[in-house]
Amino acid sequence: MGVISKQEKIAQVVLHMIFIGMCLMVIIPFLLLFMSSVTDENVLIRNGYSLFPEKFSLDAYAYIFIRSGAIVRAYGVSIFITIVGTAFNLIITPLLAYPLSRSEFKYRNTVTFIVFFTMLFNGGMVSSYIMWTRYLNINNTIWALIFPNLLMSPFNVILMKNFFKANVPNELIESARMDGGSELLILTRVVLPLSKAIMATVGLFVAIGYWNDWLNGLYYITKRTELFSLQNYLNRILQDIQYLNSSANTVSNYTQSISMPTTSIRMALAVVGVVPIMVLYPFFQKYFVKGITIGAVKG
Amino acid sequence: MRQGAVRKMKKGSFTKQLPFLLMTLPGLLYLLINNYVPMFGIVIAFKDIDFAKGILGSEWVGLENFKFLFRTNDAFVMTRNTICYNLVFILLGTAFSVAVAIMLNELISQRGKKIYQTVILLPQLISIIIVAYIVYAFLNPESGMVNGLLSAMGLEEISWYSEKKYWPFILTFVNLWKSVGYSSIVYLAAISGIDQSIYEAAKVDGAGRFRQIFQLTIPLLKPTIIVLILMSVGRIMYSDFGLFYQVTMNSGALYEYTNTIDTYIYRALLQLNDISMSSAASVYQSLVGFVLIMAVNMIVKKIDQENALF
Repeated sequence: MGVISKQEKIAQVVLHMIFIGMCLMVIIPFLLLFMSSVTDENVLIRNGYSLFPEKFSLDAYAYIFIRSGAIVRAYGVSIFITIVGTAFNLIITPLLAYPLSRSEFKYRNTVTFIVFFTMLFNGGMVSSYIMWTRYLNINNTIWALIFPNLLMSPFNVILMKNFFKANVPNELIESARMDGGSELLILTRVVLPLSKAIMATVGLFVAIGYWNDWLNGLYYITKRTELFSLQNYLNRILQDIQYLNSSANTVSNYTQSISMPTTSIRMALAVVGVVPIMVLYPFFQKYFVKGITIGAVKG
Repeated sequence: MRQGAVRKMKKGSFTKQLPFLLMTLPGLLYLLINNYVPMFGIVIAFKDIDFAKGILGSEWVGLENFKFLFRTNDAFVMTRNTICYNLVFILLGTAFSVAVAIMLNELISQRGKKIYQTVILLPQLISIIIVAYIVYAFLNPESGMVNGLLSAMGLEEISWYSEKKYWPFILTFVNLWKSVGYSSIVYLAAISGIDQSIYEAAKVDGAGRFRQIFQLTIPLLKPTIIVLILMSVGRIMYSDFGLFYQVTMNSGALYEYTNTIDTYIYRALLQLNDISMSSAASVYQSLVGFVLIMAVNMIVKKIDQENALF
């Protein structure tokens, strides 16, 4: 068995080559983004984007961190909504999932249905938009980046409920109850310590969701640009580029909503937006893959 | 006496239920606001909204908004685009993901397997805005890398953001680039669930590598493939807003091939401030989407009871 046939060896080499090709297809675009951000502005304008720039320069990064308060602020907003949103989420999700996992909870089928139904049917973007902006007035506040859609996902509730059911022994809960522990105490002292894996996975997906979210900002942060998260800021710059392209002849009439950074700065901004995820990725990779498989095996 | 005992039991059971009910409260309150209240907002699509009169006070116009919407060419274009793109994404996405999953499974080197998995998952992690920046670095008309290569080869440069005919290919490519890593891991999980002794038996029978793949792995994956495809079909009325709005840079010249129901709703609502059209489109999307997901679930139930949603 241990001997690998010649045919097998060739097959393995071919497979590795295919995968290396695929990996290059992933890496090259990121590399291009990075290279453009460290290319000297004049070279960039003359030669265009290239993987092998003639002259390097870190001016773009220096500009971002020294001169532009707005960008640092946007970074701060992104960090804030990611931490606060994920924390809220990791409190209310297990609070809802735990009772649903217990057969002693009489209304669990009704409540599960209430949770589940939201995955099948929704009122659509327009009525949500009108509710948040006309009646609850959260537009142009920081809560607009935290509340709509991201605060709790029904899918994660069901996922967590199933995890609790499968991984927390009934006897442990019963004996904790005998000792007079309240349900809240049982959740925090018995159930959650046994559920670190699912908490990490859900927390990870939620945090990535908040960090990458731009939709809430696009719909709800329309005036107070100081509340832009990093993704919203990047989005606004992208829109400005498009505006300039589509009205190339009337540039002089156009007042930019955010003063337009030069090409390499734009790319540096995008790099700054991905760096936290890239840096943390090797550490959370394990949970990410696990999360995909748990979710797939089904909620 | 007996009555007293019953009352006591009832009271006991209620105090037992109360902590559970209190725990569900924050989550349910959130669903009420975020999900259930907007469901009633569907009436907006049947009214001529005047916010001075309030939603309930506004005049009921029945299906007028829908009639208006479906009289426009937009309704046809956005429905066609949403459904056609999704079909292409589902078919190619499934084919590529299954192929990648099988290839990953065939790799002997565990380290290689892990590294490749890690790398191809990367695009899934970044926001579509960053993807739009990357695509722009390749395609922008003045300094993009693709035009640079074209002119280096003596070919004519292309003004990508105003030539709609290329976009079905570009968007499909970007979609696959972003999503194949993720779904191949789903399929890989399904493959590792297959009983290995089947393969041992096949080997004893002298079945080669390709016969094993085509006569064992793929047939055994079929239920998973079918269920996942059907689930995506249930969401065929929903498009990836970011892909069609950001990656195309919201370029008006491309709308005919890039306008989907979600981009239409956004533009009608926020850029044109047209509540009647946007709410009609939005209700059209969620109602058809609901019917589709119920239908799909019924089909899944017939094929494979275990994998049905409910």
